[in-house]
Amino acid sequence: MDFAVVVIVEILYAVASLALIAAGLAVVFGMMRVINLAHGEFLMLGGYTAIVSVKAGINIYVAMLVVAPIVVGAIGLIVERLVIRFLYGRMLDTMLATWGLSLLLTGLVTMIFGNTTTGISTPIAGYRVGAYQLSGYNLFIIAAGFLVMAGILLALRYTRAGLIARGAMQSSDMASGLGHNPQRIYMITFTVGAALSGLAGGILAPLTGLTPTTGGLYVAKAFITVISGGAAVVAGTLSSATLFGTITQVVTLSSTPVWGDVAMLIAAVILLRLLPQGITGRFFSRQV
Amino acid sequence: MSARGEVVLETRALTMRFGGVVAVDRVDFTLRDGELRCLIGPNGAGKSTFFKCLTGQLKPSAGEVLVRERRMTGAEPCQMAQAGIGVKTQTPSVFNGLSVRENMFLALARHHAGRIAEARTDEALERYALADLRDRKVGELAHGQRQRVEIAMVVAAEPWLVLLDEPAAGMTHEEVDALAALIRDINRRSTMIIVEHDMQFIRMIGDRVTVFHQGAVLIEDHVDTVLDDARVREVYLGS
Amino acid sequence: MTSGLSERNRHLLVLAIGLVLLVGLPWVVDVVTLLELTIYIVYALFALSLGFIWGHGGILCFGQAAFFGLGAYTYAVAAINVGESSGPFLLAILLPAAFAALLGAMMFYGRLSDVYLGVITLVVALILFKFVNSTANETYVIGDARLGGFNGIPGFPTLNWPGDAGSPLMPDEMFYLAMGLLIAVYFGLHGLLRSRFGRIVVAIRENETRAELLGYDVRLYKTAVFAIGGGIAGLAGVLFANWGNFVSPGVFGLAQSATAIIWVIVGGLGTLIGPIVGAVLIQFLTTLLGQQSVVNNAFVLGAILVLVVLLLPKGLMPTLGQLLSRGRRK
Repeated sequence: MDFAVVVIVEILYAVASLALIAAGLAVVFGMMRVINLAHGEFLMLGGYTAIVSVKAGINIYVAMLVVAPIVVGAIGLIVERLVIRFLYGRMLDTMLATWGLSLLLTGLVTMIFGNTTTGISTPIAGYRVGAYQLSGYNLFIIAAGFLVMAGILLALRYTRAGLIARGAMQSSDMASGLGHNPQRIYMITFTVGAALSGLAGGILAPLTGLTPTTGGLYVAKAFITVISGGAAVVAGTLSSATLFGTITQVVTLSSTPVWGDVAMLIAAVILLRLLPQGITGRFFSRQV
Repeated sequence: MSARGEVVLETRALTMRFGGVVAVDRVDFTLRDGELRCLIGPNGAGKSTFFKCLTGQLKPSAGEVLVRERRMTGAEPCQMAQAGIGVKTQTPSVFNGLSVRENMFLALARHHAGRIAEARTDEALERYALADLRDRKVGELAHGQRQRVEIAMVVAAEPWLVLLDEPAAGMTHEEVDALAALIRDINRRSTMIIVEHDMQFIRMIGDRVTVFHQGAVLIEDHVDTVLDDARVREVYLGS
Repeated sequence: MTSGLSERNRHLLVLAIGLVLLVGLPWVVDVVTLLELTIYIVYALFALSLGFIWGHGGILCFGQAAFFGLGAYTYAVAAINVGESSGPFLLAILLPAAFAALLGAMMFYGRLSDVYLGVITLVVALILFKFVNSTANETYVIGDARLGGFNGIPGFPTLNWPGDAGSPLMPDEMFYLAMGLLIAVYFGLHGLLRSRFGRIVVAIRENETRAELLGYDVRLYKTAVFAIGGGIAGLAGVLFANWGNFVSPGVFGLAQSATAIIWVIVGGLGTLIGPIVGAVLIQFLTTLLGQQSVVNNAFVLGAILVLVVLLLPKGLMPTLGQLLSRGRRK
């Protein structure tokens, strides 16, 4: 019984962290069809921002939930203005340029912080379920993951900005006809996506030590979660995060974390072969 | 030519759905050897979708395609081509970055070994009056010239069935006249299906015409009968 | 074509330069420099593998390092088990080619779009990296060879004269081999591109729909191109393994795939000389950067990639060719 609780919590945790890792990329890919290979570095920068802020004496929750998204959002804005906006509609070129950006940011962080591991400790104590010791912070991540997804869903569905954004993605001509500048909408969407990545990076920072190359660990997971999910931002990300989170965690619990990751990657390759449009391309078309 | 030869192409209850939309709805279609058949219909009538089901570019949701009594439903475009079907798509589909000569070589190289294909390429360029353009990149040619290159590529492979999707689109009057003559010439050796919009053009080449409306066949008859038909007028002019 | 030289003369020029370097370099540089140059050649070969499938086949592979790494590891493992190097050498080319054929067939017969192709190839390289990286445990052995996980495999028998395991290749002989292979692969690919097969491959890159409607099975051709690229990458991997007498999971890494893409895009797509020039230039730059510690290497490579995509989307060699021919016309 205790073991069942542990397994369920661990699976929920895996799903929520995948959803967090993928959220920013899902917004940018789902709304703008831009594949940002520097996404992992945005998460890494969120982590560094949180750590630097905490070390400067800022409250850890403020650092993770406020400072990290603002800083990374600002970086996203700069990147959009300097690089991405010249490449809209050129998907492969965008992938190449953002891959370059990913190397550039890794190099930049290495120059500033050195090629060493830094970290902060989790702010929540662990708890026991029967004979098992669990991390209390995992519960925080579960809550954060689902709150972020719910927030995106509500923002897209019920706010004016979300409506305009969805409209512009369907038809940029129509949006500009109605007096909304599509360039501006793209810019804001990319910035929001980057801020979400910063938020996720901040929240995940206490879990593992950070190095300048941490982004590489995130990007593949974020990618296959988003691409396998398909075009629907929330439904897609949640469904594939659930699928892959469960697979990873079940395999991890029965062998090692490395095999968990390998199982997830193999599952993704098979899934994409079977459903080239992603899960939601097949089952939930025309949703957000 | 109104030969009543054997049936060479047939569809049975051919259906193509996109999501909830039925673009082609249980179409039964029969084509006989030597025919020159026009498919017409207003925009969205399903004629282009039907066409793409015949070429292999779309996989039908239901129903069957039979080519000379062989089941070819859902075959790949390359298998359709290998079965001797030549296809010209709506917008000129050519190898823009390559020369006219290279384009023609590629059209012939599937049927002939390299050296024979090389020799035939030059013959074919002469035959289709493209020799002057042989070293030009196709992407740099005028629209009408590119159409000519594409039709020449299709015909050079000597297909027994030629499918043309709106060949007259974007052509000048003189070009349309020349095209009509070319089509009649091609039809001497090959059976043909032509999807077309331009009524004038259909009168020029027309023989049997199949009218599509809302994904189904509305009427199928000789061109004069069809164009005088009240329902056809309504479909085109009304609504 | 675009450059002022005729195509035939250009290839003669490349051949002449290649032969002069092959014969001449060992006479003018010391053995340390020769070793350094050998690794440039190995990278050039790796770049050529990607340049061929991307520039001519239109297949952008984000995980070309999968085949490079597979070649390197196959050689190391087979050499430990066999000893004499001829068999392992061939196996390390054939295995990556077969793996590429299998992976390519899965992707091309599934009609995956460019973007999904990029993601899948990237993920496959990552799976191999993660797998090999996690094999430090002594239970991971193939025959007599321990996979060694993140520690890699050191000290396997290096290439020897065919049939004679007792006479391993000396550094200068390694140079001759690498340079000779680079020239051979370059002209092999050149010949292939002029053949019926190669012309169809280029036609497919130009217009896949038209190629299909003419009756060419695009899936088959793309799979074949991908397999050839995999084999060449495997060959580069073999030479890489022999060059340092060491392989580690890094050969499968994302950085390795990204670097190959940078070489090709800097040198230019659609030419065979572009990837070679790109690899040599970028590696030279990397070596220079390695001698100082102010600016980080990844930072510079990343900046180069971004700038090339934004400003020189055709790459260096085609752009140079255009400038040259424009200059002549004036």
